[in-house]
Amino acid sequence: MENKTELPIVLEIKKVVEEAENTKTFYFDHTLNSKPGQFVMLWLPGVDEIPISVSFDDGEQFALTVFARGEASNQICGLKEGDKIGIRGPYGTMFNYAEGENLVLVGGGYGAAPLRFLANEAVKKNCKIDFMMAAKTKNKLLFVDELREMKNVTVYIATSDGSEGFKGHINETLEKVLKEKKINKIMTCGPELLMKAVGEIGDKANVQTQISIERYMKCGFGVCGQCVMDPLGIRTCVSGPVMNSKVLNMLEEFGKYRRDAEGRKQYFNK
Amino acid sequence: MANLSIKYLGAEFKNPTVLASGVTGVTAATWRSVVNSGAGGITTKSIWLNEHKGHKNPTIITTEHWMMNAVGLPDAGLEKAQQEIDEYNKTKPAPLIASVAGGTMDEFVAIAEKMKDLPIDILEINISCPNVEGEFGLPFACVAKDARKVVEEVKKVSGKKPVIVKLSPNVTDIKEIANACAEGGVDGFCLINTLGPGLYINIETRIPVLANKVGGISGPAIKPLAVKMVHDVYKATKLPIIGTGGITTGRDAIEIMMAGATLVGIGSAVYYRGLDVFRKVANEMNEWCDLNGVKDLSEIIGTVKM
Repeated sequence: MENKTELPIVLEIKKVVEEAENTKTFYFDHTLNSKPGQFVMLWLPGVDEIPISVSFDDGEQFALTVFARGEASNQICGLKEGDKIGIRGPYGTMFNYAEGENLVLVGGGYGAAPLRFLANEAVKKNCKIDFMMAAKTKNKLLFVDELREMKNVTVYIATSDGSEGFKGHINETLEKVLKEKKINKIMTCGPELLMKAVGEIGDKANVQTQISIERYMKCGFGVCGQCVMDPLGIRTCVSGPVMNSKVLNMLEEFGKYRRDAEGRKQYFNK
Repeated sequence: MANLSIKYLGAEFKNPTVLASGVTGVTAATWRSVVNSGAGGITTKSIWLNEHKGHKNPTIITTEHWMMNAVGLPDAGLEKAQQEIDEYNKTKPAPLIASVAGGTMDEFVAIAEKMKDLPIDILEINISCPNVEGEFGLPFACVAKDARKVVEEVKKVSGKKPVIVKLSPNVTDIKEIANACAEGGVDGFCLINTLGPGLYINIETRIPVLANKVGGISGPAIKPLAVKMVHDVYKATKLPIIGTGGITTGRDAIEIMMAGATLVGIGSAVYYRGLDVFRKVANEMNEWCDLNGVKDLSEIIGTVKM
């Protein structure tokens, strides 16, 4: 039998970068061997363990970007260089693209984190990237300066309050770019209703759209059954988080509800 | 091509593999996808009368030899369970065993009574979860008179539904517990529940990894114990058994049936071999039967020469 183990390894935080309001990136000197879109289970000893997508991995160092929104993520965001946390993984599916493709990346809020890793990798493969970022307000935008400095990356911004970039919905920017340019693939990560809209635009324009789904998880390796989606019972941790819009269109709960820790349906607010 | 179909307490299983309670069984969609992956039947994640919160993460850790969990039986309660059971029943592709849990004798009786009229095939009383001991004390499955009492009370309200008890391996003499349940009128058994609880310490932080600190042990390492206990209970009671505990391959499944199991529960092996472990195990059992001249799988039940 294959030698399989799912135990956390403990790593020291090497660097902490404050990215935006309540959002920090933690760097670790460790070869994670992750691909853009994959996630790890981050263990804060004695507190909790939560899934976090990888926001950087160059083979020697990797990073996790954490948005403080719950008890565990708030405590994680209080950690400093030299503090220790545990990691299991990487888990799940990745964004797929080919050499030299034209990609549109649509990130909503902290959903920009895995797309930043994707952009870093895709430019190495001579891809051209239109990186569209949506946030409620300027203070919640991530990685903007870094992305603007990257070759072959064009950054577009939309904020709900107009404090930076276009005031309004990023979808309008997406539709415009799809009309003007030949785009091979769209990749998105952010609030589910935003991603659903992006998927619909991609489907309509006949552009393959890859969507990163967030569901409540316990194990990360396909056993606990918490992250399943109706009506096919697909496990988000192993068949996702990155899924094609064509698959998600068959999952009636996409854009409607998710399950909580007790398995109860929680509807998204429209 | 051997006949792998098995009749168990009135229900027809196309093969003896059954999803064990607690692994992936949260929704009707999942039960269906597990049947599509080859399972002969489904056991639900344990259903409570009212909402029950599980433990915080980390809840499941694994090595190549064992899995340890302290998920803590989270469940939204009866209303959600009814919705899922009704949804599954629309196309019901395989028998459904409803696992139920409670903290007190009264809670077990109340949830069992509610299950009486639902479209389930078998009621499994989970009186052996080691992960709610902190909340409720020693499981009923560890005390013969408690085990007998819960069976008696449940049988009074469960109507025509067959009732099986999930037994704990964490006892001095499992035959004594099984006999007590048999005297209480139980129709069959499922065994073993997880072993322990055990403790896994991360030595860098000197902290137990599981949030609950301790957790029940499953997976390949516990299989010999499961096989032995299934044989003990089979010999002691002759009641039909779902044998479970570390079953990962067709050979494992054949082995536990020879010890006395009629059906074979598969849980942790979903991790070791993927969700289609059910199809793989059934295919491997079929190959073994063909090679060994077994025409009907049910012939092998309890045939170990001790």
